[in-house]
Amino acid sequence: MDVLVDNLPSYWAGFLVTMRLTLYSGVISLALGLVLAALRVSPIRPLRGLAATYVELLRNTPLTLVFFFLILVAPQFGVIAPLGFWTAVICLSLYTAAFVAEAVRSGINSVGVGQAEASRAIGLTFGQSLGNVILPQALRSVVPPMINVFIALTKNTSVAAGFAVVELVGSGRRISQGNPGDAVIILIGVALFYLAITIPLGVIASTVERKVAFSR
Amino acid sequence: MAQDRALPQDAGVPDRSELGAPLVVLDKVNKNFGALHVLQDIDLTVHRGEVVVVIGPSGSGKSTLCRSINRLETIDTGTITIDGVPVPAEGKALARMRADVGMVFQSFNLFAHKTVLENVTLGPIKANGLKKSEAKALAMQLLERVGVANQADKLPAQLSGGQQQRVAIARALAMKPKVMLFDEPTSALDPEMINEVLDVMVSLAAEGMTMIVVTHEMGFARKAAHRVVFMDGGQVVEEADPETFFTAPESERAQDFLSKILTH
Repeated sequence: MDVLVDNLPSYWAGFLVTMRLTLYSGVISLALGLVLAALRVSPIRPLRGLAATYVELLRNTPLTLVFFFLILVAPQFGVIAPLGFWTAVICLSLYTAAFVAEAVRSGINSVGVGQAEASRAIGLTFGQSLGNVILPQALRSVVPPMINVFIALTKNTSVAAGFAVVELVGSGRRISQGNPGDAVIILIGVALFYLAITIPLGVIASTVERKVAFSR
Repeated sequence: MAQDRALPQDAGVPDRSELGAPLVVLDKVNKNFGALHVLQDIDLTVHRGEVVVVIGPSGSGKSTLCRSINRLETIDTGTITIDGVPVPAEGKALARMRADVGMVFQSFNLFAHKTVLENVTLGPIKANGLKKSEAKALAMQLLERVGVANQADKLPAQLSGGQQQRVAIARALAMKPKVMLFDEPTSALDPEMINEVLDVMVSLAAEGMTMIVVTHEMGFARKAAHRVVFMDGGQVVEEADPETFFTAPESERAQDFLSKILTH
């Protein structure tokens, strides 16, 4: 067990990087996902098509390939993405946004069509109807799948370890290189730090779910 | 059903001669749902201040007709104009036009997450740019008028169906519409709640509101309508003033329809 205590600073550094990856990617993918979901239900057909194509493409591509694409293929089109933290944030955000968009869209579909008709009938624009009537009601059914998406995101940040970002898994690998006999304990330590992020996420989810509940 | 339901006696039908210029004009309107031709060359002109009741068997296209007027249903061919302006295709212009056309739905469709008061103030604040205080004053006045002011802070689910539908009427009136569309407003209500909604509609009619009402309430048609439009199979089969229509319908299909609904 000493190996955990002795290497606490390394764990902590890795944990902070994982937290930052999760937080930044979470916020960006949430914003991008909301835009994509809005496009998918918009009255303009080309926009719907564009968003649907994006979602299908990113959702069905392994995250590792998204990293490889940005790092190896994008430079050939003149986009230089340096190895490191922000490239990882961009890849995680682009990838996760597709899942956010689907979670939000399913929430939008759970709101009765009459609500949208009534808001249009009193003269609200598409955006006003979405922002004032549809999304607030969709929120309740969006929270549980959305938390799943963010828990997956937290764990997906580990892919960045393969692309020169020293987050939790990267730290664990370094620690175990120095202590070859304690690999199991070290990996359990890594897992515990992940739980420190994902379990509170679940608690937040049930709190938010209770708060946004209302009777129909 | 219940053709002689008691309605307030003071709310007499205004004279036909008081009617103004054409307000809603449908010209050769056609719509298909796949192979089903739900609206077939519909011509209909509704004048300012006129109350038109649309009746007909289910599937006759009367609801689709009503919903096409504010473009909740698109049409394939033909034109619909409101106050001389063709109904816009999409975007801000369409939203602007819808603000002038009140609509009341069969299933109320009150915003489930907003209080009764917020349901009524949302449109005036967002679409008409009223200040919050102005919108609230207007909303309370309308809720008072439809008799649910004491429920202003409740959520829609806490109200009875009749109360919800009256709130929905207040919500539509808050936009100060030129015309009100009613799509079977009492069909989802328990029988004892139907009259409280019809009373509100009759008083609206008596005040000169232009109304297009899809309904099965023959009592309302007799009491408040200037004209009855009978639809069947996507066509307007017969148009007449209520007295003529109910006592001496011309077409066989209208006679058949009336004989079925007026026997009990």
